[in-house]
Amino acid sequence: MAVYTLKEAQPAPSSNRGLFFWLRENLFSDITNSFFTLLGCYIIYLIVPPLIDWMIIDATWTGTKEEIVKSGARWIFIIEKFDQFMYGFYPEALHWRPNLVLLLCAAFIVAMKYVQHMKIKIAMILLLPVISFILISGGWFGLETVETEQWGGLMLTMIVAAVGIIASFPLGIVLALGRQSHMPIVKSLSVGFIEFVRGVPLITILFMASVVLPLFFQDGIDFDKLLRALIGITLFQSAYIAEVVRGGLQAIPKGQYEAADSLGLGYWQGMILVILPQALKISIPNIVGSFIALFKDTTLVLIIGLFDVLAMVTLTTSDTNWLGFEVEGYVFVTMIYWCICFSMSQYSKSVERKFNTEH
Amino acid sequence: MKDSQRAPSSHVLLNSSEKRSVIYQLCALILVFLCAYYFTTNMFENIAKRGITTGFSFLNETAGFGISQSLIAYSDSSSNYLDVFVVGLLNTLMVSVIGIIIASILGLLLGIGRLSSNFLISKMSLVYIETFRNIPILLQILFWYNVVLAALPSPRNSLDYLGSVFLNNRGLQLPEPIFESGSLAILIAFLLACVAVIFLSKWAVKRHNLSGEEFPLVKVSLAILILSPLLVYFLSGQPISAEYPILKGFNFQGGLNVLPEFMALVFALSIYAATYIAEAVRAGIQSIAKGQTEAAESLGLKKSIVLRKVILPQALRVIIPPVINQYLNLLKNSSLATAIGYPEIVTLFSGTTLNQVGQAVEIILMTMAVYLTFSILISLLLNWVNAKMEIKGR
Repeated sequence: MAVYTLKEAQPAPSSNRGLFFWLRENLFSDITNSFFTLLGCYIIYLIVPPLIDWMIIDATWTGTKEEIVKSGARWIFIIEKFDQFMYGFYPEALHWRPNLVLLLCAAFIVAMKYVQHMKIKIAMILLLPVISFILISGGWFGLETVETEQWGGLMLTMIVAAVGIIASFPLGIVLALGRQSHMPIVKSLSVGFIEFVRGVPLITILFMASVVLPLFFQDGIDFDKLLRALIGITLFQSAYIAEVVRGGLQAIPKGQYEAADSLGLGYWQGMILVILPQALKISIPNIVGSFIALFKDTTLVLIIGLFDVLAMVTLTTSDTNWLGFEVEGYVFVTMIYWCICFSMSQYSKSVERKFNTEH
Repeated sequence: MKDSQRAPSSHVLLNSSEKRSVIYQLCALILVFLCAYYFTTNMFENIAKRGITTGFSFLNETAGFGISQSLIAYSDSSSNYLDVFVVGLLNTLMVSVIGIIIASILGLLLGIGRLSSNFLISKMSLVYIETFRNIPILLQILFWYNVVLAALPSPRNSLDYLGSVFLNNRGLQLPEPIFESGSLAILIAFLLACVAVIFLSKWAVKRHNLSGEEFPLVKVSLAILILSPLLVYFLSGQPISAEYPILKGFNFQGGLNVLPEFMALVFALSIYAATYIAEAVRAGIQSIAKGQTEAAESLGLKKSIVLRKVILPQALRVIIPPVINQYLNLLKNSSLATAIGYPEIVTLFSGTTLNQVGQAVEIILMTMAVYLTFSILISLLLNWVNAKMEIKGR
């Protein structure tokens, strides 16, 4: 009786595996492809080695300005002016206060994950901005007052972005509900506001807030420059949030609205308990996207004379001891913005993937 | 039970959802009017107190400041603020149109590169997109202006291309075409060529529908468009000549000068917008089900025909709306020129004019009105495109 032994599976022929196969498939499959690969290699060769040279190998990391001999980036400028890039003119002795706020925010994020009790969560959400404000601006509990003119740098950028997103959120939801409402007057008011704001550039709204807004109030009421910018940015962002939330509201099937109605829930109960939790959840990726846009747009406050982290480049390089260090300044600020925006966009993509379970 | 039947009338009013909504709306309307009333009365009071005039009569006053770039005739001494407004508007349009053209080409190439089967090209496009879309546009404008273009040599040591194009820290100097009499004929020839191409394409489509025969439309139209003006140019005795920029003293005289502000703005705006356009192109092409390509290939169509006749017509429906939105965004972002002082509408009108005249409300409202008009026009265009491209059911 013939005995058939099971043959071992042979490895694929050498022309169908390994590095060379991959290279041939992906880089050199035909003549045009090979040409583009070589072109790509040439572009990389043109850009990457000089960049690495400039940023790392030829860079000056230590020493004083007079000792610079290398031709690369002079990072000592950034190291020297680091505090100004981070805090602006905030008094150096008080830097622990914004630092503490940052720590509190980190603690808050961790706490939100582990605390289950809803009331404690809401209390924390309401308390954090108050505590942060008291810590940064001072004037309470014996803390020294720091005027908003002294706020600056990355701290100011973060404050503008955080206030913009937090304050615009409720306003945006109300506008979105208004736009979806059946009441014609409420609807047209919301649509008018949203379309007006979305039709004009942020810079004109900031000019409006900084020049025209003070005219709207009686003499006694005075806003400082930062508050005017914040009002402008909040109004601007709320229109965009409204559109994002509207997208979420429209994606909720009609049955959900009818189910809430048939349970006898009123409009607000139905919205808060049934519709909004679902609508907001599916719009998280777009909300993050809109937040990234806002974060990039905070740079515009420098045009109306606030000293955010980008304005710090001009400011620090106009120091007579450090003239001509713009390149390092701009590259440093670029890296800050890039890292923050890129990680946010990756987060938004991961959330999108998590929700996207149907396909 | 008796009590509930005779409920007080106020309860009835609040229990009917229609009446309730009327009350809510009245409340909202009254609130808005009260706010508007409060703001406007305060505004007029404050304006009167500061001695600022109101109204648009300032538009007829002489502006009296110089503008570095103007598409219409403008003089420091005689032009009024309305001219300033028009100059700013035209400069905004010019920078936007040129930015849109470059951004579209770049974005299209990147979007296709992103989908390329070539690993290196696809990853390089990805790196480009992820790098430039995550850097604020204002930062990019300032970087181009303060770092890259400021590092260019002075006019005496300018980078020189064929002795007629010069690049230095005052901008780009180009030869300026000079139109003599007879150049009108070239324009007419070009327009006639355009009309001819339109008729030709209609005829080609008709013939294709009837007989299925292909006509090399692109090649023939290009030939008509290029050759007929060229022919007229030589027949009419070469009426277009060029004035070359010449170095005199510390700067160039004559020729066309492209401002460094303009270059910085166009570079930054188009590089930034291209990342979004590339993503739109990629998403559009990827949205076409794979079966479409396979079906077209199984019909025996060539790869180029598959792309042109099957994939693109369907993909364009998805691509065009977000791309048009990006055009609008580019136009709005051009307002950031005010940070580097390129003379467009925000710099000239909300900046210089506002400082000289002080009528903040009128000036900012006029600036906003410009952008609102454009955004309304573009959304009308979008609606028209959407209606035109809608899949028509039978």
